[in-house]
Amino acid sequence: MGLVMIFFGAIFFNNFIFNRFLGICPFLGVSKRLDTSVGMGIAVGFVMTLASTLTWLLQKLLDLWHVEYMQTIVYILVIAALVQFVEMFLQKVSPTLHKALGVYLPLITTNCAILGIAILNIDLGYGLLEAVIHSLGASVGFTLAMVILAGIREKLELSDIPEAFTGIPIALITAGILAMAFTGFVL
Amino acid sequence: MSIFKELKRGIILENPTFRLVLGMCPTLAVTTLAINGIGMGLATTAVLIGSNVAIAALKNLIPSQVRIPCYIVIISTFVTIISMLMEAYVYPLYEALGIFLPLIVVNCIILGRAEAYASKHSVGMSALDGLAIGLGFTLSLTTIGSIREILGAGSIFGYALVGENVTMATIFSLPPGAFFTLGTLMAIINAVTRKKSPRKKAVAKREA
Repeated sequence: MGLVMIFFGAIFFNNFIFNRFLGICPFLGVSKRLDTSVGMGIAVGFVMTLASTLTWLLQKLLDLWHVEYMQTIVYILVIAALVQFVEMFLQKVSPTLHKALGVYLPLITTNCAILGIAILNIDLGYGLLEAVIHSLGASVGFTLAMVILAGIREKLELSDIPEAFTGIPIALITAGILAMAFTGFVL
Repeated sequence: MSIFKELKRGIILENPTFRLVLGMCPTLAVTTLAINGIGMGLATTAVLIGSNVAIAALKNLIPSQVRIPCYIVIISTFVTIISMLMEAYVYPLYEALGIFLPLIVVNCIILGRAEAYASKHSVGMSALDGLAIGLGFTLSLTTIGSIREILGAGSIFGYALVGENVTMATIFSLPPGAFFTLGTLMAIINAVTRKKSPRKKAVAKREA
């Protein structure tokens, strides 16, 4: 029951984009087209789940050695190395998947959603299984938000928007209206 | 003269929030109150000045193939220092900023300035650049925070502006309000600057 709540909570109540504001850069940058946003969503989900497993295990070591203050430095290095490793691994094992996700992978290192979920898992006191479920839920929520916005932005291309609002401003306003819908899950 | 020029560039011409659209996550997340906006902005400024100075000083020692990991280590060191200082001296602000304090590490503004500026300029100029860009970021965050606090809570920096029984537009304190405020501000700035730009005007005239 607890795990189900964590999973759906991360998709709806605490949606990474609309409620926690993590991963806004790719959300605004890549959500111009539907297919690229699906690709980005999958790539983020993949790295997110791997990273939160790895950082959760590392946190045990940090706790053991009483060097909790090293958290930020250790996590960001692990994530950067992980992304590099995933890229090399995919290139070797599945060139097709690498081709599909390749362009998004380097962007992911500086995606605050990855470091964000790693720190959140520790702050919320999750166990390993909960942390993995949480990151799966968060990445589904992230992909959902990206796909919805991309669908709307594709339509917006054809509509007559006031000149000052074209581009990022109208995307932000759209995201605001979507966020209102997601707020409905909380209230 | 050059100092004013640098500051003008950081705050207006290359404003990280409204011009370059960088560092959106903290911009949207922490600006529920004006004071949080200032706090986040100043913390980022401190990290930016520190990392710019360190990177400018070490630029000849860092091999260019591994520069990004080196920059990340330098930046996260400063983030750790700043968040420890904030935990010790301004605990309420530390609590309010929460997870977004360690997340300064992945703020694209900082890595962006390291790569685009500090790795090519002197220590002094890099410090000035960090200050200018940081102040630009602080100013944008404070503006957004003030607007959201006034509309959402009817106060500014904690001072109540309206009576207790006035209903405010609480939506501006909630996540959707962040998107609306930033989107509208950006559109206003676009409209103002577009009117001023003579080239655009000439194009518009020709099209008409």
